[in-house]
Amino acid sequence: MIEGIFVDGLVFSIMVIGILISYRILNFADLTCDGSVATGAAIATMAIVGGLPITVALLLSFLGGVAAGMVTAAIHNKLKIPGLLAGILTMTMLYSINLRILGNKANVPLLRVTTLYTKLPQYFSFLSPEWASLVGTLMVVLFVKVIVDLFFRADLGVSMGAMGGNEQMVISQGINPETLKLMGIGLSNGLIALSGGLLAQYQGFADANLGQGMVVQGLAAIMIGEFLFSSNRISLLTLRAIFGAIIYKALMFFGRKYGYLVNITPNDFKLLTGILVIASLFIAQGRSAASSAGAKRKAIARSQQRHDSEEDTTHA
Amino acid sequence: MLELTSVTKVFYPGTVNEKLAIDDVNLHINAGDVTCIVGSNGSGKSTLFNLIAGTYPVTAGTMIFDGEDITAKPEYRRAMTIGRIFQDPTKGTAANMSIEDNMITAETKGMKGLRISLNNEKRQQYRRLLSLIGLEDRLKDNVGLLSGGQRQALTLLMMVMSSPKMVLLDEHTAALDPRNAQTVMDLTKRFIAEHRLTALMVTHNMQAAIDFGNRLIMMDEGRILFDVSGEEKSRLTVEGLVRLFKDLSNKTYATDAGLLTKD
Repeated sequence: MIEGIFVDGLVFSIMVIGILISYRILNFADLTCDGSVATGAAIATMAIVGGLPITVALLLSFLGGVAAGMVTAAIHNKLKIPGLLAGILTMTMLYSINLRILGNKANVPLLRVTTLYTKLPQYFSFLSPEWASLVGTLMVVLFVKVIVDLFFRADLGVSMGAMGGNEQMVISQGINPETLKLMGIGLSNGLIALSGGLLAQYQGFADANLGQGMVVQGLAAIMIGEFLFSSNRISLLTLRAIFGAIIYKALMFFGRKYGYLVNITPNDFKLLTGILVIASLFIAQGRSAASSAGAKRKAIARSQQRHDSEEDTTHA
Repeated sequence: MLELTSVTKVFYPGTVNEKLAIDDVNLHINAGDVTCIVGSNGSGKSTLFNLIAGTYPVTAGTMIFDGEDITAKPEYRRAMTIGRIFQDPTKGTAANMSIEDNMITAETKGMKGLRISLNNEKRQQYRRLLSLIGLEDRLKDNVGLLSGGQRQALTLLMMVMSSPKMVLLDEHTAALDPRNAQTVMDLTKRFIAEHRLTALMVTHNMQAAIDFGNRLIMMDEGRILFDVSGEEKSRLTVEGLVRLFKDLSNKTYATDAGLLTKD
């Protein structure tokens, strides 16, 4: 049971890292995610059903996501429309494309085929099947994390971070921000689709509606992670995203398990996730207000003290 | 070095807001020229800079830079050889990143690769450079934590690191307090002399315009009102400049002298 939460959270964490790249590093509010996660699931499922090896299926998922992200970036770059709208356009178009990939079916099961989660217990036969899934997923996530960390420490990745902070600065350094967006949003959606490809194998089917509300869930996970510790180092940002993803999935698990006690059903989860995001923003705001209130108190105390000591000297 | 021929810029053409911002300007800048551009608000100084940097295209005319026609070249490609510093100190650096990450981005111009160039050798080198502006111990601090003057000094340092052929300084000390403005101006003079840079500087400070560089251009209503250099420039005084402006623009002293402040 506890292994299940972790596997679920780890699969989800790859998507959260993808969302971290677009929202936090590139400062690009990208909604392509809702479509590209289902694209990744659909591609992986059809590839595996079609008899391709699992690694090839996951690679194709990744590339499908990259293509989807690049479409969003290209619409944004060439038509000069906000990233938000470009993402909504791609996401909407992807819904039809995903149905096409799934052979005009809304749902394709992965039955009687070899998936990552039927193979892992064979690789790690000395572990229970649940632990084998956990160890295998953890290895995939760590691999992705290390690659992403290295990428954003390399010169190209650093310039992407610079663009997220100040686009004019990147232009002044002779870099075309359009190219950076094409690559960055591509990478982000590639990871999101990879996560979708793993999710399809873990849950045993691909669904055209899989992506609905995923962006908000991802943002919730990022915000939960941001409560844990603060840093500007990429290795800690991705680590934080992974922790946030696991905590989010754990919260949802307990909601599903014990929610009936307070009359909550899985139908309420989207509402609860939204409230979680709003609450996170609210708390973050409260924190900064509290620290400035603290600074104000100190400043008043300081000036009072100065005033008192001045009075003392005049009396003396 | 830079040759502008009949450069014209019209904003919002064909609408009621149509505005002729730059009116048939011809300008030749020699290599090594350090030129100050003065003029009242709305005279077209900043628009001229934006046209040279490529922020927006010209309506008509041609621009040749270093023997190459740059009229249709996008901004990011012109930036490979033309450095620029804005009035707003936040425009030149990325606040969400550390000083060292900002510097590594500025070190080589153009699209970056997958190498991790930032190593301890580079950090040593950066520490030496940063000691010029007193930031040698803050390599890992986010740029957002610096003051406006420190950020502008860092922008200047980063611009010099990338060894541009020409620099555009757009009132780059105007947003700073007098002491910081002086520090940044001293650094600017030092870098221009050390690296023999060709520079164009927009300023509202008449005294600075007279003291700095070997050439002075005054703009009004999108045209170059006058252009003095060398011997003739060194004889200029603030009063003389204001009188010249009054004579040439046929405008009354009272309305425009206020904009051309003495210090």
